[in-house]
Amino acid sequence: MPLKTAYQAKVEYLQIMDENGVVDEKLAKDAMGDQDILELYQYMIKCRVLDETAFKLQRSKRMGTYPQNKGQEAAAIGAGFSLKRGTDFLVPCYRENAALWMHGLPMHYIFLHWMGDERGNQIPKGVCQLPLCIPIGTQMLHATGIAWAFKMRKEPRVAMTFFGDGATSEGDFHEAMNFASAFQIPCIFFCQNNQWAISVPREQQMNSATVAQKALAYDMPCIQVDGNDLLAVHKASRDFVERARSGGGPAFIEAVTYRLADHTTADDARRYRDSDEVEAWVGKDPIIRLRKYLTAKNLWNDAKQAALDEAAKQNATEVVRAAEGIERPAIADIFDYTYAELPRELALQKQTMRTSSLGQRPEQAGLSAPGVSANHE
Amino acid sequence: MPRTEQMIAQGLTLVDAINEALYQEMERDSRVVCLGEDVGLNGGVFRVTEGLQKVFGLERVIDTPLSESGIMGSAIGLAMAGMRPIPEIQFEGFLGPAYDQLVNHAARYRTRSRGAVTVPMVVRVPVGGGIHAPELHSDSPEAIYAHTPGLKVLMPSTPYDAKGMLLSAIRDPDPVVFFEPKRVYRSYRQEVPEGDYTIPIGQAKVVAEGRDLTLVTWGASVHQCNDALDTLPEDVSVELIDLRTIAPLDVDTIIQSVEKTGRCVIVHEAPKTAGFGAEIATTIQEYCFLHLKAPVQRVAGFDTIMPYYKLEQEYLPDAKRVSEAVMQCLAY
Ligand SMILES: Cc1ncc(C[n+]2csc(CCOP(=O)(O)OP(=O)(O)O)c2C)c(N)n1
Ligand SMILES: [Mg+2]
Repeated sequence: MPLKTAYQAKVEYLQIMDENGVVDEKLAKDAMGDQDILELYQYMIKCRVLDETAFKLQRSKRMGTYPQNKGQEAAAIGAGFSLKRGTDFLVPCYRENAALWMHGLPMHYIFLHWMGDERGNQIPKGVCQLPLCIPIGTQMLHATGIAWAFKMRKEPRVAMTFFGDGATSEGDFHEAMNFASAFQIPCIFFCQNNQWAISVPREQQMNSATVAQKALAYDMPCIQVDGNDLLAVHKASRDFVERARSGGGPAFIEAVTYRLADHTTADDARRYRDSDEVEAWVGKDPIIRLRKYLTAKNLWNDAKQAALDEAAKQNATEVVRAAEGIERPAIADIFDYTYAELPRELALQKQTMRTSSLGQRPEQAGLSAPGVSANHE
Repeated sequence: MPRTEQMIAQGLTLVDAINEALYQEMERDSRVVCLGEDVGLNGGVFRVTEGLQKVFGLERVIDTPLSESGIMGSAIGLAMAGMRPIPEIQFEGFLGPAYDQLVNHAARYRTRSRGAVTVPMVVRVPVGGGIHAPELHSDSPEAIYAHTPGLKVLMPSTPYDAKGMLLSAIRDPDPVVFFEPKRVYRSYRQEVPEGDYTIPIGQAKVVAEGRDLTLVTWGASVHQCNDALDTLPEDVSVELIDLRTIAPLDVDTIIQSVEKTGRCVIVHEAPKTAGFGAEIATTIQEYCFLHLKAPVQRVAGFDTIMPYYKLEQEYLPDAKRVSEAVMQCLAY
């Protein structure tokens, strides 16, 4: 007797604008319009220049380790553009600067973070996002919890979380997916599949044909998109975000993209990947195709590009000035944020900058016994 | 890997010494396998496993998926089944996802099976601050694992010790957490014997002999303590002990020294409260209370989250803080 099919599913792939900037008119019907494309193209250039600037700062020892975003801007921008500023919540990893800026984070914050300064994580009030997340694959659960709170309070808000292909190997990722699905939480899982997790290629990271199919195990709608196609990323993100907002539950997007640079400035990708592979992806750069598209539509020309390049440089200079112009963090900052209120022993450490007791109580040592102080104004 | 000309001429770094121990033991014992994130083709993010995959192949030097629980848990299985796995956790902060496997499983199997199931493996973990790294790449969690019965916790401070201690660890029948202080990885070179030698687990080293005060430390802080010794007045004689093994603790070496000096300062990077210094101080008062001339002092990290790198030097105990504590303890 033939066995019945217990479950069947498929993963669709969406590309609207190809590498040459040619758009599939049928698929483009409800995609973003030319005015948005024009605006986001200019924004993308600004982000690319900032990325290059950060790289140079690291090389001249003005910044610590930095992970370049180069080549992945369409993924970050397309997804970020689908969210409502001040309403929807963004829970990032660390390779989607453009989305964070677009969602309201002052640009120099990211620079501060990589300059070893926690003030880069001090998200301004009203900006709905969490700080960058260094431990891989852990933050999706936080996004799930945040979106769960929205659902509990019946607020029409969603959370979107970013992560890499490598991150899908961590247990927390699967736990987040299962929670989001089991409780039908309005959380969008956005995977930037950039083909590499440091030196480990995607095919070695997993034996699955796509990353998106992992969502099928949780019966979560999913799609694979050309992550270097701004239109495809945005359309998929927007549709899933609005679906979640109106009670449709979580969804998963796999953006197929490529990490054009080294993993971070501490890495040398030539040790583990072919330059041929990189070259092939250079041609798929999201910026190139947008420029071709806009030029063909007479919306762009060399003069405009020159002006934009200049403006992007100017912007980068200002961002660097803001990040480097900030005063040195106070040593008190090491202590003051450990708890809402500083416990006595910690207050003593802060006052004396030591952990040895002098063999005396503070009063005996001529120190005033530190009181309990709060770090909130 | 075989020695380069530079190593022959100038000695080995900590990275070289650990690499040499891995290379030699993998040659000697076909049960030994290395596994972890980026340990293969890339040779590890600190290049500690550099070249090993080329020599021993994809099946013995394994790039795993990005999953610390997966690495730790499957290494436990490998060990139980007769292999000698050496899992690498890329940075100490990422022991987090592997904590359950390490603490609730690796550490407990011998006891809960009354010896029927054992887990001989060495978990290699870069540790500590001072290298301008991002968040969770600079912590010192050794006390957490020393507080876990069933685990042995090692932290060499020199290339020579690292090689001998790692060879002991791999041949040990129990799970060992082998912390490698990043700040020392390439900070200097040292003569290291090319042949096989071991340094027993649980044996501290008296780095400098002295009469007046005992300074106990481990890992990268050994070097800050050495710097501190250079700044002390000529007539002050300090005995410096490098613990090398944190658990099981070499009680004898410490109490013999403190019985002689009557004073002790303990230095570690980890936060003070419930840091391993607390255990040492307690041990000292238990064993040599009547020899003490001053309260035991701790120079440690503050009881805070390890700050990002702009403030990490303010956080880490440096030679100045150490020498001040030494002088104050002497003056007590
Ligand atoms: C829990 C954890 N393990 C290991 C690391 C070290 N690490 C940093 S980035 C990275 C690879 C991440 O790959 P992927 O998720 O694909 O993101 P990508 O860097 O490609 O954007 C690794 C292993 C980490 N930061 N956190
Ligand atoms: Mg990746």
